[in-house]
Amino acid sequence: MSSISIRGVAKSYGNTPVIHDLDVEIAEGEFIVVVGPSGCGKSTLLRMIAGLERITGGEIAIGQRVVNELEPKDRDIAMVFQNYALYPHMSVFDNMAYGLKIAGLPREEIRQRVDRAAAILELADFLERKPRQLSGGQRQRVAMGRAIVRDPSVFLFDEPLSNLDAKLRVQMRLEIKQLQRSLGTTSVYVTHDQVEAMTLADRLIVMNAGVAEQIDTPLAVYSHPASRFVAGFIGSPAMNFLEATLTEDGSHLGLTTGDRLTLDHRPDGLGGGQNVTLGLRPEDLLLCQEPEASLHLRVEMVEPLGADTLVHGRLSAGNGAASEGADTTLVSATAGLMTLRLPGTAHFDQGERLPLRATPKSLHLFDAANGRRLS
Amino acid sequence: MQKRVTFRHLTLPYLFILPQLAITIVFFIWPAGEAIYQSLLRQDAFGLNTRFVGFENFERLFADPLYIDTLWRTLGFSVSVTLLSMLSALLFAVMADHVIRGATTYKTLLIWPYAVAPAIAGVLWWFLFNPSVGILAYLLQGLGYDWNPFLDGDDAMILVVIASAWKQVSYNFLFFLAGLQAIPRSLIEAAAIDGAGPVKRFWSIVFPLLSPTTFFLLVVNVVYAFFDTFGTIHATTSGGPGQSTTTLIYKVFNDGFIGLNYGSSAAQSVVLMIIVIGLTVVQFRYIERRVHY
Amino acid sequence: MVENRPFFTFVAHFVLLLGVAIVVLPLWLAFVASTHEPSALITGLMPLIPGDRLVENYELVLGEGVAASGAIPVWKMLFNSLVMALCIAIGKIAISLISAYAIVYFRFPFRTFCFWIIFITLMLPVEVRIVPTFEVVSSLNMLNSFAGLSVPLIASATATFLFRQFFLTVPDELVEAARIDGAGPWRFFQDILLPLSRTNIAALFVILFIYGWNQYLWPLLITTDQSFTTIVMGIQRMVTVADAEPQWHVVMATAVLAVLPPLAVVLGMQRLFVKGLVETEK
Repeated sequence: MSSISIRGVAKSYGNTPVIHDLDVEIAEGEFIVVVGPSGCGKSTLLRMIAGLERITGGEIAIGQRVVNELEPKDRDIAMVFQNYALYPHMSVFDNMAYGLKIAGLPREEIRQRVDRAAAILELADFLERKPRQLSGGQRQRVAMGRAIVRDPSVFLFDEPLSNLDAKLRVQMRLEIKQLQRSLGTTSVYVTHDQVEAMTLADRLIVMNAGVAEQIDTPLAVYSHPASRFVAGFIGSPAMNFLEATLTEDGSHLGLTTGDRLTLDHRPDGLGGGQNVTLGLRPEDLLLCQEPEASLHLRVEMVEPLGADTLVHGRLSAGNGAASEGADTTLVSATAGLMTLRLPGTAHFDQGERLPLRATPKSLHLFDAANGRRLS
Repeated sequence: MQKRVTFRHLTLPYLFILPQLAITIVFFIWPAGEAIYQSLLRQDAFGLNTRFVGFENFERLFADPLYIDTLWRTLGFSVSVTLLSMLSALLFAVMADHVIRGATTYKTLLIWPYAVAPAIAGVLWWFLFNPSVGILAYLLQGLGYDWNPFLDGDDAMILVVIASAWKQVSYNFLFFLAGLQAIPRSLIEAAAIDGAGPVKRFWSIVFPLLSPTTFFLLVVNVVYAFFDTFGTIHATTSGGPGQSTTTLIYKVFNDGFIGLNYGSSAAQSVVLMIIVIGLTVVQFRYIERRVHY
Repeated sequence: MVENRPFFTFVAHFVLLLGVAIVVLPLWLAFVASTHEPSALITGLMPLIPGDRLVENYELVLGEGVAASGAIPVWKMLFNSLVMALCIAIGKIAISLISAYAIVYFRFPFRTFCFWIIFITLMLPVEVRIVPTFEVVSSLNMLNSFAGLSVPLIASATATFLFRQFFLTVPDELVEAARIDGAGPWRFFQDILLPLSRTNIAALFVILFIYGWNQYLWPLLITTDQSFTTIVMGIQRMVTVADAEPQWHVVMATAVLAVLPPLAVVLGMQRLFVKGLVETEK
């Protein structure tokens, strides 16, 4: 296993930059997940580490060795592809053995290594089959096996589970995690699926438009998203965002509905009267009695999920201003659209007005202009 | 047009493309250039002097009533061969698509002529229509028709049209059958539920959906009738009697190798090249348009 | 079809049987004629069932040939046709495979230029430029040789085009996986691309073998030496005998022998043949 250093790496196609000046140090044995929407540059980053794409600027080192100019085969890496990229005309054994044969390993050692990998992945009975005779999950395992037999210092995964059905994906996710733990090989894993990202990663790299918005552990990313983009991307259902204004004394946030939310401290570098974006996770909005309420939601739709209940609705104007029955619901497009996650099952009628509160700790504030987190 | 992922190598790609390129240049580009060059030259009767004459060969060609006749004759021949072979192939394909029992057997039997060389196809029909020994000629004579392709130009033309169309039926049949089988059954069922009978279904649904295949075959068949039928004609009527079965390609051969009139033959080659390129361009444009649907 | 109409089914079978009769009749009668004595064929009313001279006639044709016209025996013609057809089919496949590989998998200067040079030949069948091509071959001293028979017919863009289309459908990830496994361009071609192209190669071989076997005009022009006569052009010399009725039983026996190899290929490899035919023309 090796560490990976990515120092000031940039990539552009012609004049179109796709990755800007990326820096990250990946420790030995670490499992790093790169997550982001499609087109954010995450696959390009992985392919640059693999040596399948040339680097336009900066350098990549695996272990202590700068690999910018090395061919993929000389980088001591293995890669698992999204569509597995198994050689269709070769048996499972030959698929796993191909790289070893090219490397000129003795026949006996190849056999031993493939057998060992097959035992780990429970493929021993399928070694003579062709890829088309295997199920999706088995093909996935063969692709993993091809990576394992080479005993590389780095594993690279390019959305390896996205072609599997939901149930199998959960199972394979666990297997990959266990396998990586037991082998201890440094891994870089690219996905657009945030659940995969959260469950697998030691650390996450959240990418957007060629920029690493945040690099941190999954829980830190979830609880302290560095930007409005990260906050919106990680978490399902997504975080609710509201436009708000800091009061002159800096102790409260004023909403467009006239409601006020209490802050536990004044955000750094923010003057009174300034606009901010307020983020509230669906599970951080709590049902309460009317006197404690600082927000109100007019119910539009209820989705019972069994363990949880999701309530969708719009913010409705707050205390005093509201008189029963009057239509005070905000009408401004989707601005007031909110989602609320309640534990267990609950029943609400459409149009019902729910009193809600949120603890000061659970409020996320972002700069209204550049989306950076305000602490 | 190319892979996103490519190899980098200094010599390998050139090494790999070289044989194809060399043969193309030596046996295609060079002769084609030579044809264009020679079409602008004229040799005297003894082959001693050659001089540049510009477009004179072309002017003479189109002023020559024999050539104009040949042009029209070739068109008539091509249209006849194309229509005869495509219509019968379409009929057989529709029937073969309909029957369930024996469909593969019919298919196997109908593709035989593809294996037969055009020259052999000509000889087979030449034998059957031979006025002294042919059984079909015997039948025609029995019906009171004075059949003799040796003497009658129309009879000779009918003979080569039949032989050429016969050879091409299997090719057209296979493409029509593939086209028919690619039409989703649900479309035909939907039309049947809408109350369309079999004939109406064919003309309102099946035939329009076959139109890409039909157009493609139209071009292929015209090209076939222009060029590949040389063997059929040469092995049987040798362009005769008189000029009655001389097509453009036969005339190029005849003027170039028998008449040794290189200038005129080269000019004729150039005209043929223009015809082929025209047909190819039409086909490419049509295919491109189809992609946009 | 959707509704079950016994009458229409009956008509369909009738039409198809008629079609089969028209298609097979000339070949059947050729075979019948090749099994009779010459005397059985001189009236217009030839027999419709095979005669008893099958062995004698074919022995005559394959052995001595029609010695009178100075022609070579038919078995030699068959051999010539076989060599020519194999050279054309194998040669075309080989050079098309590697040139398509170069065009699809490499980026190099003049790539597009090479591409267009090759694809222009799609447009120009050999018949069109027959006289100058003959002159080129003659100036290269390739008349009366197997090289002259096959090499000029080897370069057509069709096969290159087919392989190019196929290579473009091979997933990019296979190349990447192979590169990570340490395979260079040559190993990738040999270990992965070639095995994947197997059915395409076989299908194309069927088509090209028939194409080569059935060549007529080109061998006619460049073989003045009778020992290079191919079977398809040999028949023409038997039919066009001056001032005499051709020996039809011999001609037909030769025709049957000329048709048999390509027919065997078409029928024996029908699935590959249909695939090759439909895909080369796409």
